[in-house]
Amino acid sequence: MKNKFPISVHLALTFVGLCVALYMIFLYAPEEMTMGEVQRIFYIHVPSAWTALLGFVIIFISSIIYLWKRSRFADELASATAEVGFIFCTCVLVTGPLWAKPAWGIWWTWDARLTLTFLLWLLYVAYLMLRSYIINPGRAANLSAVVGIIGFVDVIIDYMAIRWWRTQHPQPVILGGPNSGLDPRMLATLLVSWGAFLILFSLLVRVRLRLAQMRRELGDIRHVLAFKASED
Amino acid sequence: MASLKIIWNIFVKDLRVEWRNRETLASMCVFGLLIVFLFNFAFEGAREETLRLLPAVLWVAIAFAGVLGFNRSFASERENACLEGMTLAPVDPSLIFVGKMLANMLFLGVAEVVMAFAAALWYNFSFLPALGQLVLIAFFGTLGYAALGTIFGAIAANTRMREVMLTVLQFPIAFWILMLSIDSTAEALRGNPGGDWFGGVARVAGISLVFTIASFLLFEYVLEE
Repeated sequence: MKNKFPISVHLALTFVGLCVALYMIFLYAPEEMTMGEVQRIFYIHVPSAWTALLGFVIIFISSIIYLWKRSRFADELASATAEVGFIFCTCVLVTGPLWAKPAWGIWWTWDARLTLTFLLWLLYVAYLMLRSYIINPGRAANLSAVVGIIGFVDVIIDYMAIRWWRTQHPQPVILGGPNSGLDPRMLATLLVSWGAFLILFSLLVRVRLRLAQMRRELGDIRHVLAFKASED
Repeated sequence: MASLKIIWNIFVKDLRVEWRNRETLASMCVFGLLIVFLFNFAFEGAREETLRLLPAVLWVAIAFAGVLGFNRSFASERENACLEGMTLAPVDPSLIFVGKMLANMLFLGVAEVVMAFAAALWYNFSFLPALGQLVLIAFFGTLGYAALGTIFGAIAANTRMREVMLTVLQFPIAFWILMLSIDSTAEALRGNPGGDWFGGVARVAGISLVFTIASFLLFEYVLEE
């Protein structure tokens, strides 16, 4: 893995991907009719949201693998993904209001998807706080895996519950949703942008994973040295 | 049968500990009463709206009082290494979970009765017309909330700032239990214009059961050293 696909190539690929995405966002994609230039933030906003959601799916799967196989890698992957996913989720919450204000006239509304994203963000916060507050590091993996799994159950329940809840609370009409018939060039831009975001996401997770592994190795070395010192 | 006995023993143990100091129950009830009392004056300007806000007031009070109790549930076990003792006992950790969850449910249930009584008194309101339905909603809402509170209480007992940690875990994840309970309670108090009173209870019960089962299955990993 390390030799076939060095991190420098990964970095270069991220750079090229993001450049292509930026070109497509600002020059290739046609201007949206009702919202104008503001709509272009959509190509940052939506891919971030998909990536943030994917992040929690990865946390869920690695948590299960950790509890099942006790693989340290799965635990480190969940930890790294949570940190990177949190950034993408924050990005969704920052770009959303920037777009909503000119498009809808308000910064925020408790619409289904907004509520979901906010809950997802809270879950990321809870998961990361738990990881850094655990007293005995030996139990961190177990406890965060449990929260990772229950948290994902919560994400699924959010999808169902928001529909039950909404049936009783009619939502304000939202103007200009991008759902109705997307121009093929817009769709292409969206997908390319998501691709670039995914490469960036995997790069960040990879760097974070390497850090975790180095930390673990350092801990092992220290352990051995302390043991040797006590023998002498 | 044997597992029922283990659950019963843990449940009774928690009740006995509680009976000796009465700290958890007293603080939950007083805290809940204070929240209902504060909201009563906070909503002074919207007196005619108060009855519409009552379900929200009650469930927010339940949510906060619950967190207070769940924190103590495992924090007290750590004090004299009781938790280690229970972990070492040759029983299925899931049964420990059920026993403690039932105790937490009972404490929260008592606090709920006290709060509901105070709300009825202070807001001049009767819960009696929809009592059966409200009891069902409260039962299932409390079940899910206490299940999450028990497992998160056990997790938070392993962290620094455990009071904060429990709240941060509990509120986003128990969010829908609370929201749907508020919704169904409001529906029940309005007298169910749609006539579909079963739907509200079923939704709360469905979500609560999902979280209860998930917590039950995962609890053994929380105790594992």
